[in-house]
Amino acid sequence: MNYTFHWLPAFRALPEMLAGALVTLEIAVLSMLLGVFFAVLLAVASGSSYRSLRALAATWVELARNTPSLFQIYMAYFGLGSLGIHLDSFVALLAGITFNNAGYLAETFRGGLRAVPQTQVRAARSLGMGQVQAFRLIVLPQMFRIVFYPLTNQMVWAILMTSLGVIVGLNNDLTGVTQELNVRSFRTFEYFALAAVIYYLLAKLVTVSARLMAWRLFRY
Amino acid sequence: MSIEIQDVHKSFGSLEVVKGVTMTVEKGEVVSVIGGSGSGKSTLLMCINGLEPINSGRILVDGTDVHARGTDLNKLRRKIGIVFQQWNAFPHLTVLENVMLAPRKVLGKSKAEAEAIAVEKLSHVGLAEKLNVYPSRLSGGQQQRMAIARALAMSPDYMLFDEVTSALDPQLVGEVLDTMRLLSAEGMTMICVTHEIAFAREVSNRVAFFHKGRIHEIGPPAQVIGNPQQPETVAFLKSVL
Amino acid sequence: MFSSLFETTFSLNDLWFMLKGAGVTLALTGWAVLGGTLLGVAFGVVRAVAPWWVNAPLGAVLDVFRSIPLLIQLVLANSFKTIVGIHWSPFTVGCVVLALYMSAYCTEIVRSGFLAVPATTRRAARSLGLSYRQDLTEIVFPIALRVALPSWIGLTLGVMKDTAMVWWIGVVELLRSSQVIVTRIQEPLFVLSIAGLIYFLMSFPIARLGARLEKRWREND
Repeated sequence: MNYTFHWLPAFRALPEMLAGALVTLEIAVLSMLLGVFFAVLLAVASGSSYRSLRALAATWVELARNTPSLFQIYMAYFGLGSLGIHLDSFVALLAGITFNNAGYLAETFRGGLRAVPQTQVRAARSLGMGQVQAFRLIVLPQMFRIVFYPLTNQMVWAILMTSLGVIVGLNNDLTGVTQELNVRSFRTFEYFALAAVIYYLLAKLVTVSARLMAWRLFRY
Repeated sequence: MSIEIQDVHKSFGSLEVVKGVTMTVEKGEVVSVIGGSGSGKSTLLMCINGLEPINSGRILVDGTDVHARGTDLNKLRRKIGIVFQQWNAFPHLTVLENVMLAPRKVLGKSKAEAEAIAVEKLSHVGLAEKLNVYPSRLSGGQQQRMAIARALAMSPDYMLFDEVTSALDPQLVGEVLDTMRLLSAEGMTMICVTHEIAFAREVSNRVAFFHKGRIHEIGPPAQVIGNPQQPETVAFLKSVL
Repeated sequence: MFSSLFETTFSLNDLWFMLKGAGVTLALTGWAVLGGTLLGVAFGVVRAVAPWWVNAPLGAVLDVFRSIPLLIQLVLANSFKTIVGIHWSPFTVGCVVLALYMSAYCTEIVRSGFLAVPATTRRAARSLGLSYRQDLTEIVFPIALRVALPSWIGLTLGVMKDTAMVWWIGVVELLRSSQVIVTRIQEPLFVLSIAGLIYFLMSFPIARLGARLEKRWREND
């Protein structure tokens, strides 16, 4: 092995990479917010009495779960172009990850909903609460606890998935920045090792803050 | 002021569980409903506050038809408290919050008012020491007493008890029955579906014996329990005593 | 717009090319699942029974694989290979990285399967006179398998989908082969839809089987 590691240039690029990490976090957070929104719609649609709505929800969920996330991002970037919809790489990445998040979270929410016993609703209604009140005050908070852990898992997944943006030409997220630096200098290992450390810390940031939040939120 | 049940029929699918029940409970009365499991007595309770729809007949609470179209069930349920066999505590709320929730959100009381009511009702059932713990930390008997306080916090005119001691460990039954005795002594109108024959005999003005979806015998406890006329009642009492 | 879907220059040869890509995807999946499962079972059993000073560091190392994007892991492995001068093909690198990646998840599945067998059940087995080994083979493994298999199927499908990233280090699998055709005939939606359909057909039936197994076993509990 006659390779000399050059770590200094990599560390000099740290500010640039951290700025990229911020973009990564931004995409992940946005994709989760949008993903939760669409997942709720999908969960509602899959319990609807309209056949077409149910079919639409089922198609979305099954496609999201049974094709690679990279494929989904590709579709958003290249595939939609054939229909005249041209998304830039940032939006395409966001759309792809959102699609994926929503598909997985819809199943999570459905499971969470089923896990809250019907007797809780009964007890709430017997106290004079309306259907909406019972859902908001009794079912939703309990469901939130059940889906909290899968939700944080999906958030970590979302962060990891953002790295795929580079394949559709995104150059300002953590992987994109790292790749630009790599192309300029060919110190592949050093740059990507540093990126790996940053991704690891981002993932830990999410899991640790989730644990703290859970500890504050769920005292029961 | 009364609950009037008039020829009520109720089926689940093809299974008819209540087959024409007629009974009136006057304000201030305590009526116990006894009978074997599956005889339809719990279902009847659910029908009284509209948690289960009925197939035919009528139920009038203070003259309001529970199952008529246009009846505001949410409003009606404010005056009918119900306590379930499985106490159904809200696990994500503390004991105090469990009891405060409905007065605040349903009756629109202020936080201070709701808290005052909740503390009063919880003290009444002997849980003044447990205000800020979560239900998971309570014994079954304590959770059941909390459920009673939760229903009482709505200041109901009627209380329905659905086998409230059946899911409890034997040594916890007494504390819940004591709470119910207290309520009856205060003049609360109560319908108790129960397996506690001695309790029924002691607190009730009348006892109804349910069998296969019908009331076979109804009257003062001294008559129905002490001197039953129907062979089914005799057989049932023999099996449980 | 849609007319291009029907008047396509996409030929049977192209389809054959993509199916060969799908073959590479399956081969990658096969090796990764084999290696990942063997390692995962070994690590999982260790994590279930070892003292904390073995368990904690092993858990931390495996956690790294689950906290770094697979793409980055592939790039790192590929460049590390060049640095130390191992002559592996990109395909081999892909298999090794995917296997390690899978083992990290598989370990947790095996471990929770193991821990899902209540101590009381094991005590009951031993009290009937079963030996330690009989207890493992007759009681622990069957129960652990029921807990673990549905998750394992899900993981296998996950790895199959994740093989799509291997093209970044130069393996022509299903997604890359469709990309090659897209570049030539310029009909991305059509070609990608076929790729998606192939992925779906490889994944969906197995996913359904897993869901059914899970449901059946849960009902028997």
